[in-house]
Amino acid sequence: MEVPARLAAVAERLVASLGPHSVLTDPAELRTYECDGLARYAVSPGLVVLPETTEQVVETVRACRDADLPFVARGSGTGLSGGALPRSDGVLIVTSRMRRILEVDLDAECAIVEPGVINLAISREVSPAHYHYAPDPSSQQICSIGGNVAENSGGAHCLKYGFTAHHVTGLEIVTPDGDVVWLGGGKCRQSTGYDLLGVFIGSEGTLGIATKVVVRLVQTQQCVETVLAAFEDMASAGEAVSAIIAAGITPAAIEMMDALSIEAAEQAVDCRYPDGAGAVLIVELDGPADDVAAELAAVTARCEQSGAFELRRAADEYERGEIWKGRKSAFAAVGRISPDYIVQDGVIPRTALPEVLADIAALSERTGIRVANVFHAGDGNLHPLVLYDESVPGQGDAAEEVSGAILDLCIGHGGSITGEHGVGVDKAKHLPKMFTADDLDTMQLVRCAFDPAQRCNPGKVFPTPRLCGEVPRRGAAPHPAQAAGLAEAF
Amino acid sequence: MTTLDDLRAACEARAATPTDRVADVEPRFVAYPTSTDEVSRLLRAAAAHQLHVVVRGGGTKLHWGGPPSAADLILDTGKLTGVVEHAAGDLIAVIRAGTPLAEVQRVLARSGQRLPLDEMLPGATLGGVVATGAAGPLRLRHGTARDQVIGLTVVRADGVVAHSGGKVVKNVAGYDLGRLLAGSYGTLGVLTEIAVKLTPIPAARAFVRRPVRTPAEVRDLSVRLKQERLAPVALEVECPAPDGARRTATRVPGHPDLMVLLLEGPADGVAARAAKAVEVLGGDARADAEPPDWWGSYPFGPDDLALQVVTPVGQLFGPVYSMRDAARGTGIRIFCSPAAGVLHAAVPGDVDPDRAVEIVNAARTVAMSHGGHCTVLAAPPKVRPEIDLWGPVEGIGLMRAVKHEFDPAGRLAPGRFVGGI
Repeated sequence: MEVPARLAAVAERLVASLGPHSVLTDPAELRTYECDGLARYAVSPGLVVLPETTEQVVETVRACRDADLPFVARGSGTGLSGGALPRSDGVLIVTSRMRRILEVDLDAECAIVEPGVINLAISREVSPAHYHYAPDPSSQQICSIGGNVAENSGGAHCLKYGFTAHHVTGLEIVTPDGDVVWLGGGKCRQSTGYDLLGVFIGSEGTLGIATKVVVRLVQTQQCVETVLAAFEDMASAGEAVSAIIAAGITPAAIEMMDALSIEAAEQAVDCRYPDGAGAVLIVELDGPADDVAAELAAVTARCEQSGAFELRRAADEYERGEIWKGRKSAFAAVGRISPDYIVQDGVIPRTALPEVLADIAALSERTGIRVANVFHAGDGNLHPLVLYDESVPGQGDAAEEVSGAILDLCIGHGGSITGEHGVGVDKAKHLPKMFTADDLDTMQLVRCAFDPAQRCNPGKVFPTPRLCGEVPRRGAAPHPAQAAGLAEAF
Repeated sequence: MTTLDDLRAACEARAATPTDRVADVEPRFVAYPTSTDEVSRLLRAAAAHQLHVVVRGGGTKLHWGGPPSAADLILDTGKLTGVVEHAAGDLIAVIRAGTPLAEVQRVLARSGQRLPLDEMLPGATLGGVVATGAAGPLRLRHGTARDQVIGLTVVRADGVVAHSGGKVVKNVAGYDLGRLLAGSYGTLGVLTEIAVKLTPIPAARAFVRRPVRTPAEVRDLSVRLKQERLAPVALEVECPAPDGARRTATRVPGHPDLMVLLLEGPADGVAARAAKAVEVLGGDARADAEPPDWWGSYPFGPDDLALQVVTPVGQLFGPVYSMRDAARGTGIRIFCSPAAGVLHAAVPGDVDPDRAVEIVNAARTVAMSHGGHCTVLAAPPKVRPEIDLWGPVEGIGLMRAVKHEFDPAGRLAPGRFVGGI
């Protein structure tokens, strides 16, 4: 049967079992879902299904299995690597209607939520009890927890608190075959057997669909201090970061912005960062009051020694919000100073920051493509914003090249091509620069165990997915005796 | 050419002796690779001769898990040692798997840093700690080994060398094989190099200790501590086996349990928090610069029945009561991490097998009623056949599928892991 006929049959089956309001077939409605946060890639899905329960996800996945159609899961669609890019020959399973917080268990310091729950909603729910959910991607007001699981998302506070993988202790998943399986310890922080939970988190929707998520809740700290430090240039700010880390301090966050991103933020949200700043650092410390007081004194001293010409300490929650406003709005703000831009996501060892920033500046100079730098300085996660104008012939391609060259710089310094946005479709071609064919082959053994038919988000992450029936390298090497010319293989 | 000759073509190797036994299984050969390349060549040779391979680090946990159904070749990591790279400014290190954890800490300490994992058994290697997922008091703040691994090099059963992760803390490129391999008991591949994230050694530490009488008291005090938000790095409780436990069914007065809180951070902050903790705990609480002698160790010795019980945070007291009841006069010793929901228990190795089964069942039933589980980490030979070591395991079908993909011939530590994997 042709793909359209199979899609139609699946639509009919799901309309019958889920109801017509959960199945979208109108081409105009389908187009709403043609891309996620990365608009450069757009594909109209063959069919969109909006399940409300695990059972409905199971029914949808089984319908795909029976019709041999691929499927892609999508949360809020805020990923920036095309990880939730639909397939025209497949089904897009949107979890946005699965947004119930099923249970909050403060004794066990955890909550069980559905995948469509918005990241920030969890913290809002438990903040009266002085708890929060720690991973806080910049898009936390809109991104879903299911998407966070798929991408192993982080945010500004990863440096101290870790990523999604550190804060999710259990997952109910629907496997590519339509079975419901629990991974991890559930409400327990440790589990028995292989850490399938750990490998599922960050697998970008290629191993199954999470339908329930057990998240750890973290007690809100006694005290928080936020300091904005202004420097004349990026080098001095970078020096301050190294000095803070060398002093044995682990801030909750250290964020850095360069002159161009400060300019953009000023234009967009009037954040009033100090005049003449070539770089700003936002350092946040949290913990018991006396610890934070000691660390604040040390951080202030290190910043001054590194050349900070102005230090602002937030006196209250309002001022803290003001300091963060510029940083949190930086991506969107860049739209004020450039018609188009690419948000890149690479990671370098922190000590390579000065060199990499100089290389990015040189790259920018050589190509005439402006690059604004905003990043999580504590963990070396860069977010260069590559600015261009699509209406200028060739500039889009040039920006793409600069963007790719920045990833090469990251790899060259022993870093990574993604710290939180994922590989998706956008960076699949870069993955072989980080990993050998054997490395990728080994990773795909996991895929073969979970999804031998390659139905689950195919074409993402890995540049050349292999069929699970093939075993290209296994046992291919000659026996050592044979290699040494001491024996022959017959 | 003999099999041993072929192994020797890869690396140093010898015939095994009775001291190389794993559980009751007598291996035929022992090999000592010094590099990833040698491990690769060794495993290819082993595959060609269809040898079953068990990895041995310090040998401190070799008796954990099921006895291997076959162990022709011991791959000893004793010469696969050394810190390959320590980038102090980046708070990361790359370390060969056979390096003793104590040696790792000694090297890192020169730069004022540490790997936040406890050396629960003296002589344990980093590879062994990662492969078994062993963890101690620091797990409360820092998690277990899987949370420290940011990259690794692994050699598959077929000799193929693979890497995952890298040398940066934040990295989501590709599947996280580090987590998959951590705690896999050497059944998916041989770890050769492990990249880990580090933390600074704190300026000050304080151990606040308080005698406690019942698990319920521990629970109440834990709640009070939580309300004060003192940010402890660890919280441990020792429930000692009473003297004369084998003669009497009751606990002996004068042997209270001991609850110990570890605080770390800047000197002034730690002092202030320790004072507050003493006040909150009341009773005979006092702060100390040094840990009690049992800190950072397991309650069990190599010949004991060793249990690990995991429950949601705050639910450990149920299993403690039920184990003590089931143990009656057996002299069970328990170390709890109540704030992390993990306890370890030791039952003397000469326990009657029926009683051992009773204790395990009691712990398992209560743990499972809270959504937790009970694992028998190690059991004396006469008890082992009577006990289900792992208990029910969710997702076992997927786990078998993963094992099949990584090691289709089942040559790595067969039978040692969950479900007979």
